[in-house]
Amino acid sequence: MSSAPLIQADLLSRLGWRPRAAPETVATGVAPIDRLTGGLPRGAVTEIFGPASSGRTSLLVSILADAAARQETCAVVDACDAFDPASAAAAGVDLDRLLWVRCAGNPEHALKAADLLVNAGGFGLIVLDIAGVAPRIARRIPLASWFRLRRAIENTPTLLIVVGREPCAGSCVSLLLEMKKESVVWSGAPNARLLRGVALQAIPRKPVRPAPAAFAAESGWVACQR
Amino acid sequence: MFACLHVPGLPRCTGRAALYECASAFSPLVEETAPDAVVLAIGGTENLFGSPRELAAALARRAAALGLDARVAIASNPDAAVHAARGRAGITVIGPGQEAGALAPLPVAVLSPPPEIADTFVLWGIRTCGDLARLGEAGVAERLGPEGVRLRKLARGAGDRPLAPADPPPLFEETIELEYPVALLEPLLFILARLLNQLCTRLEARGLAANELRVRLKLTDQSEHERAHRLPFPMRDSRTFLKLLQLDLDAHPPPAPVTAVLLSAGAASPRVVQNGMFVPLAPEPEKLELTLARIAHVVGEGNVGAPELTDTHRPDAFRVKRFSHFSAARGQPRRERARLLTLRLFRPPLRAEVEAPAGQPALVRAGAVWGRVTARAGPWRTAGDWWRPDAFSRDEWDVALTDGALYRLYLDRLAGEWYVEGSYD
Repeated sequence: MSSAPLIQADLLSRLGWRPRAAPETVATGVAPIDRLTGGLPRGAVTEIFGPASSGRTSLLVSILADAAARQETCAVVDACDAFDPASAAAAGVDLDRLLWVRCAGNPEHALKAADLLVNAGGFGLIVLDIAGVAPRIARRIPLASWFRLRRAIENTPTLLIVVGREPCAGSCVSLLLEMKKESVVWSGAPNARLLRGVALQAIPRKPVRPAPAAFAAESGWVACQR
Repeated sequence: MFACLHVPGLPRCTGRAALYECASAFSPLVEETAPDAVVLAIGGTENLFGSPRELAAALARRAAALGLDARVAIASNPDAAVHAARGRAGITVIGPGQEAGALAPLPVAVLSPPPEIADTFVLWGIRTCGDLARLGEAGVAERLGPEGVRLRKLARGAGDRPLAPADPPPLFEETIELEYPVALLEPLLFILARLLNQLCTRLEARGLAANELRVRLKLTDQSEHERAHRLPFPMRDSRTFLKLLQLDLDAHPPPAPVTAVLLSAGAASPRVVQNGMFVPLAPEPEKLELTLARIAHVVGEGNVGAPELTDTHRPDAFRVKRFSHFSAARGQPRRERARLLTLRLFRPPLRAEVEAPAGQPALVRAGAVWGRVTARAGPWRTAGDWWRPDAFSRDEWDVALTDGALYRLYLDRLAGEWYVEGSYD
């Protein structure tokens, strides 16, 4: 039994197989998620999914703000024209470094624009936001399109993040992150309430490296409003 | 040999260009010596225009045709030619070595001495160039300094300065008249590719690049179709230009077949960039420009660019400006980051039917957004631009619906209608 790893290593070396190096990762700007996932992998597709108000966009804006702090050029391909520049600027996103492509609800245009941006190179972060697209339409995006994006982004330092309601990129993603809303924090008297924030939970469904289960309890984070 | 064309009392604004144009017809090396005088190098033009006297006569005739009463003088150096033209009417031809003798009878004022030296000449009784030329160099240097020595040298017709030809602003234009009207884009691109290659070669020869491309197409219906493409930085790659023009003309095709093409470029100094090992990741500017044009071709112009917040309190007020590599590359102070709940907007806002007993929303129906209100916060009143026709006034609510999501709802107080602006995500 003890010789099995040696035999395996010998076989793999004879076949010329080399273990793939761990991808370079960058921080999301949310410490619990970074601890849980080890960061977002460069040169790979990351998918963030969840229902409305599950914190996908807040996490995305945090990632954009972190990329802006690294002085990287970012692009948001906004399939349903839902991006709010005011919220992003308030969260620290440098709008001068952000290319915003508005696709007016056309996912085909969004995929084409994302493909052009990935092939142009030089972007630190490209976001394909199809969260506003109905899941039945998002599911119709052929797997070949996702493979094409994955192939184009491989061996580049670019992060490609897909934001949706349901996972739709299948096996092309390197990191699949599910977002959930835990609770809403209200404050004040019943007749003068204030929306204070939302406690959110991030669950890695396809981690880059296996995370200890103990971290799952720490994955919740609070996004505060105003 | 040099020829000077001098028009005494030439109107500064109108005649100068004509004088330059007249001289340019005889030589490519033309110096704008003074507002009323130009000097041209005529060495080697004998086979074209004949002897110096014949050339001078031709120059005078051409100037007369342009309405200029010009004096023409030819000498072996530019200064002698200028002074002879200033001092003698008509045509003057001074052979090599005869400059001093030819200039001697001319008044010393033709040398344009500074006022203090001119006064000294009057005191000394120096009236002609000959008088000045006869003075000893050492004495002039001792009393009048280097300027006096220079004037004495000019009076002897011994100037030796090189000609400083004026460099007219280069015009980067290429034009072609087509034998048959072209109705399709593809054959037009072949023509544009040829013109662009010529244009880029000319720009490269002068060490310049283009910061603007302008295409003027003459059409069969006698109209013109003009497209201008302003580049964010000077470029000189004909293939990039061709692709940009292709995308632009594909999006804005001419309304009729094309009979002639005129392509012009605005010249500028090329971009010089020193890349560094620690420079943050950024797209290549040429590739980025092409990518932006391609994306604009897909999603439409105005839908691609960098968002810019406008200076107003109006909700969702922004404009999309041109995304430029340079605007992105400039140093930005690191901003403080706040972890805020972000809004996803519905553009346009969803018109909603809201049941609001006692003014508080209890049930919301807006297409896919539907549910009973489980918790609410508000209202927050926002109003502004009351002096404009598109004034806004609204009461905003943050509501949690039974579908589990949080929305921003507002009552348009001017129209009395409810809308769902977006969801907190």
